[in-house]
Amino acid sequence: MNGRTDGQTDGWMDRQMEEDWTDGQMERMGTMLLLRQRLVTAQALGFRTRCSPKPHPTITPSTPPYLPNLELLRFFSVMRMRIASSADSSSNNSQMIMADSGSSDEVAVICNTDITSTESENNIINTMVERGTALLKKMEISVAEADKRTGKNTVNMQETYTVYLIETRPAESVSEGGTPVAPDTLWRRYSEFELLRTYLLVTYPYIIVPPLPEKRAEFVWHKLSADNLDPDFVERRRVGLENFLLRLASHPVLSNDNIFFLFLTEEKGWREAVLETGFQDKADSRLKSLSAMFRVKNPDKRFTSLKHYSEDLSTVISQLLRIRARVADRLYGVYKVHGNYGRVFSEWSAIEKEMGDGLQSAGHHMDTYAASIDDILEEEEHYADQLKEYLFYTEAVRSVCKKHELIQYELEMAAQDLSYKKQQKEELETGTVRIFSLKGMTSKLFGQETPEQRESKVAALEQSIQEGEGALKEKNAESQEFVEKAWNDIERFKEQKEKDLREALISYAIMQISMCKKGIQVWSNAKECFNKM
Amino acid sequence: MSGAKVPADISGHMLDLDEEEDLEVFSKNTSLADGNPMPNSPDSMVNQFRLDEENEEEQQGAINKDIFVTVDNPESHISAIETFITYRVVTRTTRSEFDSSEYEVRRRYQDFLWLKSRLEENYPTLIIHPLPEKFVMKSMVERFNDDFIETRRKALHRFLNRITEHPILSCSHHFKVFLTEEELAPHRKLGPGFLSRMSETMRAMANSVRGLRSKLEEFAIMQEYVDDFSNKMCSVDKVTHRIIKEHREYMDELKQYGPTYFQWAESEELLAEPLKGVGSCVEKCSKETEEQIQHLSEVLVPTLHEYVLCADTLKAVMRRRDNIQAEFEAKNEALASKATDKEMLQEEVDDLADRVEQANNALRGDWSRWRTSMRADLKSAFISTAAKNVDYYEKCLAVWESFLLSQRGESMEQRNGADAS
Repeated sequence: MNGRTDGQTDGWMDRQMEEDWTDGQMERMGTMLLLRQRLVTAQALGFRTRCSPKPHPTITPSTPPYLPNLELLRFFSVMRMRIASSADSSSNNSQMIMADSGSSDEVAVICNTDITSTESENNIINTMVERGTALLKKMEISVAEADKRTGKNTVNMQETYTVYLIETRPAESVSEGGTPVAPDTLWRRYSEFELLRTYLLVTYPYIIVPPLPEKRAEFVWHKLSADNLDPDFVERRRVGLENFLLRLASHPVLSNDNIFFLFLTEEKGWREAVLETGFQDKADSRLKSLSAMFRVKNPDKRFTSLKHYSEDLSTVISQLLRIRARVADRLYGVYKVHGNYGRVFSEWSAIEKEMGDGLQSAGHHMDTYAASIDDILEEEEHYADQLKEYLFYTEAVRSVCKKHELIQYELEMAAQDLSYKKQQKEELETGTVRIFSLKGMTSKLFGQETPEQRESKVAALEQSIQEGEGALKEKNAESQEFVEKAWNDIERFKEQKEKDLREALISYAIMQISMCKKGIQVWSNAKECFNKM
Repeated sequence: MSGAKVPADISGHMLDLDEEEDLEVFSKNTSLADGNPMPNSPDSMVNQFRLDEENEEEQQGAINKDIFVTVDNPESHISAIETFITYRVVTRTTRSEFDSSEYEVRRRYQDFLWLKSRLEENYPTLIIHPLPEKFVMKSMVERFNDDFIETRRKALHRFLNRITEHPILSCSHHFKVFLTEEELAPHRKLGPGFLSRMSETMRAMANSVRGLRSKLEEFAIMQEYVDDFSNKMCSVDKVTHRIIKEHREYMDELKQYGPTYFQWAESEELLAEPLKGVGSCVEKCSKETEEQIQHLSEVLVPTLHEYVLCADTLKAVMRRRDNIQAEFEAKNEALASKATDKEMLQEEVDDLADRVEQANNALRGDWSRWRTSMRADLKSAFISTAAKNVDYYEKCLAVWESFLLSQRGESMEQRNGADAS
């Protein structure tokens, strides 16, 4: 493309930028950008992923390790603008208005000016507004920061924990240029997120509730710390929590929940509000459903195969994450060992005359090479996080299946109970004993009942049968409603999963490409230096 | 083949050899040694050599290269007492000292050792390219393992070729014997035997205890450089081995990583295709890693190893030079103190003084020669490694980019499908 300053962009990204995109693709790209933007912005703008107040970074295009990420950032900038501009005009027609070549100048500008991460996030969230839920149309949500607190816990001991800042902002504020309106904020700790999720699980048992990011770091490769207070872990968790809230906010059913809304808006008193809903009573039955072992006579084949699928998915993703962590470990070793070349070449160059300069500068490139792996692997962690999200999703899927099994079981029990009572009544009326019962035996032994006794029994049974029929009808209705709602959400989830994982794989490929380009650059430079030996 | 000896007086008519004879001689299937394919005729030998030469600096003295040697065709030789490998050594030359224009002999490793020690004796301060090491137990490589034999063959080839390139060493009588005599055993018995070598060692030790009176500064500097160079070479060699080890472990993990994507694809519908795509990308990259490792092992490692050995050679050369000087100084001292036999002693002292002069000059001349070829060898090995790494990343880049393209193609299909409906 013309007008590029460093001549590095070519191939796929350029073609994408010129490409004609449909609504669907825009939406998918929007989702992908939303989940990826923060990381890439953070990296390309040169600040490490640590807890810190919102910085005002400047892009330094001359810093060699960041160039490929800059390319990524530029790509995202262009796509953002395309999406934002098309979102404005999409209400009228289905034709995409292309960001024509005029905007390529703007691209260069964007990349060379100060841009806060707030602004870039605003642009992203814009895209979800047009296609999203009522909630997202009203407000923007983000988890902006993390901080440490100390306080007394339930057993009155001092503990240090992390709190996260939730920012919400009315959606209209974005359309103003310049400084955005100050957001409403409140602080939440991880256990409150857990409480919210438990509430949702109980209240909407037919919904696959989005999972939380992991409580403790798992599938770590050796350099990554497993410490919960490690800043990089906290940062990744912050991103995960934001993702969790946005998933809730874009869910057609969950986004309308009032407790969720209060979670975002009411810092004090939220806990009480949740408890007041009395969801814990339902929670007990939910616990029962998850741990009970019961046999269902006529299992719904769709649910059974879904359960098996989610078990398979869970196994394979766990395996993938484990091996990926080992691969990361090994790759780290390869890169870091090259750092030794840097040291040795430098020492060697001191004793050589003609070869000295070439060796020395080659050594520097070896150091650069060795250092580059840190950023590469940190970025890959976000790919791992995307996979982990779906690993945890499988649990949510399984619990929906289990809940369905429970309902099915209760339905069968109710039907069985009813038919037993009907049979009893029939026997009493006709005098035939088909079912062995103690009463029957005792009446045989101790004499027949009186007609009055029998009549009252029959009457009682009839009432019981009526109640049973009513209960069965209820259970049936409950079951059908559950199946309908659940299957609705399962279809939605399937689509979302396919979209997200496909984008994850694509972004993984982009990461690999970026790593290869860095490698080509470093080794080409080294080769030049060796040439000067 | 080795019987095709042309009598000496026809040597002037070498170039008039019958075409047919030429073809018969040169159509034999000689396996290519690394970097030096066999030339087809004495004329084209020269041209070929010029084309092959990369480093112009080495062309001084090489433009008229008139002797070519290859080492190939390893074969096991099994006898009642022992089993060993022999290598075929083929020589083609236009030099008049040689009775014929080509020779073929079979030599075993011990024969090369003999040649080296003869050369060291006759030219104590010339820098002789190192031989591959004897079989080392700790390397856990079988003595008759194909890779080991091939590595050794290449190193032996380089050893002989370095000698042919050396203006002085290539004229050595022992070298000629090595290349031409069918049986080396009778020649090995001649020359200084074990005992004389022992006494030389003892004299050397005695001299080193006495120490040198004064060492020319240039040699002191040289010594320092040699010690430093030796350290650095060992370090670079170690780092390179470490790198190979890490690469291997990385590749092992990659081999498990790819299949997991395929396994996942089995339980998916729409996702199966991109998953398989990623899996096959990983597999292709792991193959490239394998090639990368191989390249390192075949190019950089042997070169570094040879220069580690070179460092030891240099140290030995410096020692021998010091010994010669020490001997002279000892005799000189004796001359000063003794009253009788002054004349005879004076002659000896003068002889030794000449020897010292010769040794120093030889070393000086060879030193810059060695420095030049060291620079060329290491430079080319590092360049080759860097180029291979660039190639590796370019190949992996292509693999991932084509995956990305295929995904874009997928979304285009979907869009077209959506438009159609």
